[in-house]
Amino acid sequence: MIDLSTDYLGLHLKNPVVVSSSPLQREIDNIRKMEDAGAAAVVLHSLFEEQIRLESEELDRSLNQGTESFAESLNYLPDLDKYNLGPEPYLEHIAKAKKSVGIPIIASVNGVSTGGWTRYAKMMESAGADAIELNIYYMPTDPEVGGASVEDRYCDVVKQVKSLLHVPLAVKLSPFFSSIPNAMNKIDRAGADGLVLFNRFYQPDIDLETLEITPHLDLSSSQELRLRLNWVAILYGHLHADMAITGGVHTADDVLKSMMVGARVAMMTSALLEHGISHIGNTLRDLRSWMEKHEYESIRLMLGSMARRAVPNPSGFERSNYMKVLGSYAIEDADFVGDLAVKDSF
Amino acid sequence: MNRSMVTIDGNEAAAYIAYQSSEVIAIYPITPASPMGEWADEWATKGRPNLWGTIPTVVEMQSEAGAAGSLHGSIQAGALGTTFTSSQGLLLMIPNMYKIAGELTPTVIHVAARALATHALSIFGDHSDVMACRQIGFAMLASNSVQETMDHALIAHAATLESRVPFLHFFDGFRTSHEIAKVEQLTLDDIRDMIDEELVRTYRLRSLSPDRPVLRGTAQNPDVFFQAREAANPFYLDCPDTVQKAMDRFASLTGRQYHLFDYVGSPDAERVIIMMGSGAEAAEEAVDFLSERGERVGLLKVRLYRPFSVEHLVASLPSAVKSIAVLDRTKEPGATGDPLYMEIVTALVEGLTGDQTRLTSMPRVIGGRYGLSSKEFTPAMAKAVFEELGKEKPKKHFTVGIIDDVTRMSLDYDKDFSTESDDTVRAVFYGLGSDGTVGANKNSIKIIGEDTEFHAQGYFVYDSKKAGAMTVSHLRFGPKRIRSSYLIERANFVACHQFSFVEHFNVLQLAQPGAVFLLNSPFLSGEVWAHLPTVMQEEIIRKKLRMYVIEADKVAEEVGMGRRINTIMQTCFFAISGVLPREQAIAAIKKAIGKTYHKRGASVVEKNFAAVDAALAHLHEVQIPAQPSGSISMQPPVPESAPDFVKRISARIVAGDGDLLPVSAFPVDGTFPTGTARWEKRNIAPDVPVWDEQLCIQCGKCVLVCPHAVIRAKVYDPALLAEAPETFKSAKPKWKEFEQLSYTLQVAPEDCTGCGLCVEVCPARSKSEVKHKAINMQSQPPLRASECVNWEFFLTLPETDRQQLKLGQVKDAQLLKPLFEFSGACAGCGETPYIKLMTQLFGDRVVIANATGCSSIYGGNLPTTPYTVNHEGRGPAWSNSLFEDNAEFGLGLRLALDKQEEYARLLLKGLSPLVGEELVRSLLEADLLAETGIGQQRERIRLLKDKIVGTQTREARDLAVVADSLVPRSVWIIGGDGWAYDIGFGGLDHVLAYGSDLNVLVLDTEVYSNTGGQRSKATPRGAVARFASGGKETAKKDLALMAMSYGSVYVARVAMGGSDTQTLKAFEEAQAYKGPSLIIAFSHCVAHGYDLVHGMEQQKLAVQTGYWPLFRYNPDLQREGKNPLQLDSRAPSLPLQKYMLNETRFNILNHADAASAKHLLGEAVDDVHSRWELYEKLASLPPGDMRNFGKAVLETTGAK
Repeated sequence: MIDLSTDYLGLHLKNPVVVSSSPLQREIDNIRKMEDAGAAAVVLHSLFEEQIRLESEELDRSLNQGTESFAESLNYLPDLDKYNLGPEPYLEHIAKAKKSVGIPIIASVNGVSTGGWTRYAKMMESAGADAIELNIYYMPTDPEVGGASVEDRYCDVVKQVKSLLHVPLAVKLSPFFSSIPNAMNKIDRAGADGLVLFNRFYQPDIDLETLEITPHLDLSSSQELRLRLNWVAILYGHLHADMAITGGVHTADDVLKSMMVGARVAMMTSALLEHGISHIGNTLRDLRSWMEKHEYESIRLMLGSMARRAVPNPSGFERSNYMKVLGSYAIEDADFVGDLAVKDSF
Repeated sequence: MNRSMVTIDGNEAAAYIAYQSSEVIAIYPITPASPMGEWADEWATKGRPNLWGTIPTVVEMQSEAGAAGSLHGSIQAGALGTTFTSSQGLLLMIPNMYKIAGELTPTVIHVAARALATHALSIFGDHSDVMACRQIGFAMLASNSVQETMDHALIAHAATLESRVPFLHFFDGFRTSHEIAKVEQLTLDDIRDMIDEELVRTYRLRSLSPDRPVLRGTAQNPDVFFQAREAANPFYLDCPDTVQKAMDRFASLTGRQYHLFDYVGSPDAERVIIMMGSGAEAAEEAVDFLSERGERVGLLKVRLYRPFSVEHLVASLPSAVKSIAVLDRTKEPGATGDPLYMEIVTALVEGLTGDQTRLTSMPRVIGGRYGLSSKEFTPAMAKAVFEELGKEKPKKHFTVGIIDDVTRMSLDYDKDFSTESDDTVRAVFYGLGSDGTVGANKNSIKIIGEDTEFHAQGYFVYDSKKAGAMTVSHLRFGPKRIRSSYLIERANFVACHQFSFVEHFNVLQLAQPGAVFLLNSPFLSGEVWAHLPTVMQEEIIRKKLRMYVIEADKVAEEVGMGRRINTIMQTCFFAISGVLPREQAIAAIKKAIGKTYHKRGASVVEKNFAAVDAALAHLHEVQIPAQPSGSISMQPPVPESAPDFVKRISARIVAGDGDLLPVSAFPVDGTFPTGTARWEKRNIAPDVPVWDEQLCIQCGKCVLVCPHAVIRAKVYDPALLAEAPETFKSAKPKWKEFEQLSYTLQVAPEDCTGCGLCVEVCPARSKSEVKHKAINMQSQPPLRASECVNWEFFLTLPETDRQQLKLGQVKDAQLLKPLFEFSGACAGCGETPYIKLMTQLFGDRVVIANATGCSSIYGGNLPTTPYTVNHEGRGPAWSNSLFEDNAEFGLGLRLALDKQEEYARLLLKGLSPLVGEELVRSLLEADLLAETGIGQQRERIRLLKDKIVGTQTREARDLAVVADSLVPRSVWIIGGDGWAYDIGFGGLDHVLAYGSDLNVLVLDTEVYSNTGGQRSKATPRGAVARFASGGKETAKKDLALMAMSYGSVYVARVAMGGSDTQTLKAFEEAQAYKGPSLIIAFSHCVAHGYDLVHGMEQQKLAVQTGYWPLFRYNPDLQREGKNPLQLDSRAPSLPLQKYMLNETRFNILNHADAASAKHLLGEAVDDVHSRWELYEKLASLPPGDMRNFGKAVLETTGAK
């Protein structure tokens, strides 16, 4: 009997396939389907710090607009008794999800600053979340702000949230640090129980007709997995925190690779948006059949088996490999290498 | 019994009792009574039960007539019913009120008494409306204060059940309906103790029921009608005693004893004022003051005006009375006297002959009129009345509070006389609409009223403009009951919340010596003095004021409050006024913030808390120099170059001195000159658009959308630039035919409201920095001087010859001078661009009938008027009749204009020998469809007048008067959706069906905008509005489809932001169509709940999502064998949410009740799709089938 189980954030999971944060989880019915399809745990869609703030400020602004100005119309919209502008609907959603399924529910909170909003994590814990995933994505735009202070900011948020919680805390991060190992190390020391690598940078596009910036969101592809594999492989063995890979996990092969570089779980979203929730079942079936074919008894066995420190030639994860790759392209297509070099120099 | 003290206004006080005592509440919005209906609706939505444990059914009707009708039905069928209204609304209820009274059916109508529209509309308070009801058979009970409003409301509900006489309970509009005061709230037990359950049961048993069937409302004949009418007499005879009994019962419960007539003052008074309403409070202050000083004066307050009890009147008057002044707050032109005066004279004559009189001889009685349209009535005026009474030969009829230099009826009064108590804090705040000043003050009243033993009063004066308007808050606090039903005349605290006011208004006028003055200033305490006008400096020194400054705008910006300075200024008020200890006040403010904003989210609360703390840190006292310095002078209200009428009259009103204008200053019939808004330089925009002539593609879109007509374009002879100011810009025109000319786009910097719509619609972007457009907002102050000069120069350039323009193109049409400019509409208004466009196209031959609503307010509210004239002196003639009858009024205009043209043609034919056959023929047969033809016709008329001038025959003299009608007059009937879909729909429908050549422009904001956002039948499904706070559950009425069903009406649905070309085309076609035309114009509105800078983008989304399909239905096409319906927009290409979720009216439900929002949104999506499907089907019908239009509609909608 093949053992697919894994441990992540101190949670014992029946397999390594976890659904990462996506809009699908807004519907309890989908969470149920995820469990039915075999997901080991579900990370809920994110509660956004800015969204709560913006929504409440926008409502306040709209309700104030034009008021107390003209004798006949002292206001224009009824100020209703109650608005679900805080985290309450999200908290209710956690409770409902917990009631509906048996697998662990990881609540997700997304923000960039320290402050009152971090208490939402505590509220999520009280609402029944098995763990909290803190999605920190800070976009530095001020040329005067250095990398170290950005990292300190991350650590402050982690410390603050961690100090409130009893349940484990995972931190979802971007790959945009000048020294990823050092940054991850600091965040690990700040108290994170898990690191989720990496969130995806939703880059805006430009509409050439209207000359406007347009928000853009593409689903991930397995290609994106490589970046994650690379860094998890490098980090494996250096951190206390468990690692999860998210971004580019589409197939059983992707899950296997993730495990082998040292992730405890592999998180899926785009594949589900593309193929439907039942894709989890297919992935697990393929996973099992690969393991049967290659005679792996358990997932645990392969964890970190191809991490940087476990492979015979660690340079595969290092700069020398990069040069080799460039060299191989140069042989095939010199012009293309030129383009690539230019791109990479950015 | 423990009763709580609450700080509420009169409307809430009345609604509180009415709600508890009623089962069916029929409502319709009208200022200033609307809040009563809104409270009832809100409480019902929240599920608050009435006295019997059920939630009253609140039903909004299509008009007050409808509300009265449904009230009548409800009370006939045994439900306890009530309604609320005012002014014209009450007049619309009169027919049903006769029935209700004739059938002796208990009910109470609560009225915020308001002026009736006569020579002008007024939303303010007087007794014209209620006095128009004195003959109906309703009992009429007057309340003079907020406390009395609550008390008398209950007494009325109790007494109507016992007496069976229906009651009209009234209190003064605004003065009482909107005054916030600390009152003792009656408890449910009080209400229960007053409402006799047995009487309620008897009432129910009298109702219409098939179990005990009766017939009510017979037709009677000469044999019996008269006697049957007299049969009700005993009820009216008994009613006064019944009311007194209720008052006595009320006194036993609450300790507040009222009488049918309440006398106050010296027991042996010789001079007595008799009056009712809030003015009696001011009169009582005067009486107290004078009688304490030994004057034998008194005041008799009339509570129950109908049925009038002579017996109680004479029993209430002091026996020593020698002379009486009866004060009426209404005018009955041509009568011997105004109604209360007449009543009292008659009653005294009758009373003197009665048995129980204490009077030995007939006192001298004089009648005075005061307070029309909320004109101030003060203790000084009451004192003047007493002085008049003391004269040997007083005026028999007089007015007080105005200067009547025509019929010399007015009394002089001592403006320095004051009864204000020294222990009352009197604070006056000057704010800008929407800056939060009024809200903060309302909050302060609550804090002081509810957290301290002090009595509190707040009254708020608003501007006549909707944008950039000044608000003045008058707050009183003190240990004694506050009776002062008039504005503060001596303030010990003055706050000016906008620095720009100091140049325009004497904000220190009301400051008493030693008062505290708080100024929101961009300058610090050490610098501010140099920036004050010298007259203000002198006043500060002379009155020894203590002055503080706060950089509130900067602080607000820093803490993320934007332009809301409310919390900051409120904190400063408490910090320096000394009303409460500082710490206690700050704690109370924070508590109030938590209470008010908690539901809007933690970040809103936190921002406000931060504002409180930051305010204290930035508040500084100013060291007052001993001498004034600098040379800043106050800005004149209008420039020297303004016309005489504007300087003499409009300027005084602009300056806030309208009260001082004498009777002789005014037109006798309400007729005012147009084109006066241009002289009122309001200078309210912090940022104004600036043209980049290099980038501009001259498309005219910015000119088109500008709601206030402050962006203009002209092409002109470049030689004229020789005289141009240094910074005046020009560019080469992008028209082939104007290549040799110059083009300029110019902004009026002092008339702009800074809405930014122009920048949003500008399609031209810089290639090197895309945020830079061909028009960009920039800070106004540095540009003001140079751009004012440029604007003045621009105005001197000749208008583009309209005959040379292709008016079907937006860019050409936008070279036409708008004949509607600088209105008082909201910044970013979605309605005014349509009106402006209409005046550009047809304004020199337009007569406008304007329904009451936003468009009549920004179109015709004094001090100045936006409709204006072209260089030949021609422009729109405008009139507002009423709310409900605008289509009929417009038809009347059309009929009269047609008649004049017909007569001119007749006369012309008869005068052919004199005029010349050729000219007559060309005048009669001219092709007048295009601008060229109209220009030529005007020239022919000029020739005609030259030929007939001096001919003294009747025909020639008549023709000279009506000749101008040979240029076709265009009649435009303009109004909002409240008018077109609801109250005026019957008339509109009839006028459309009638077939005359007129044009109807419906400015559809999908809500009653002017009265504050109540739902209309144009409100879409899912939108939250007043009276639909759970989201409207039914779909929007398809007015266009209804009009199309006639087959003879031109119908267009337009949205300027969706397609400006289609809008333009629709206006041209509507004008050209020889029959009724209806344009339904989508108008974004502040009531939709988003920043109106995005108004045009939202309109575009409305079209793209199918929310607002664009089409034109032209019956002329049918005659050409084509399908008359042309769809001008494509099938929905974006999800409806894209449009809806940008607007708080939809989004708020999502926040409040997501499940309900999802359900309604789903249905709204279905609405959009089925409507589109229907239109598509109709537009694709073969022309012949259009005759079966209705069938096609039924087939399509039936399939749903």
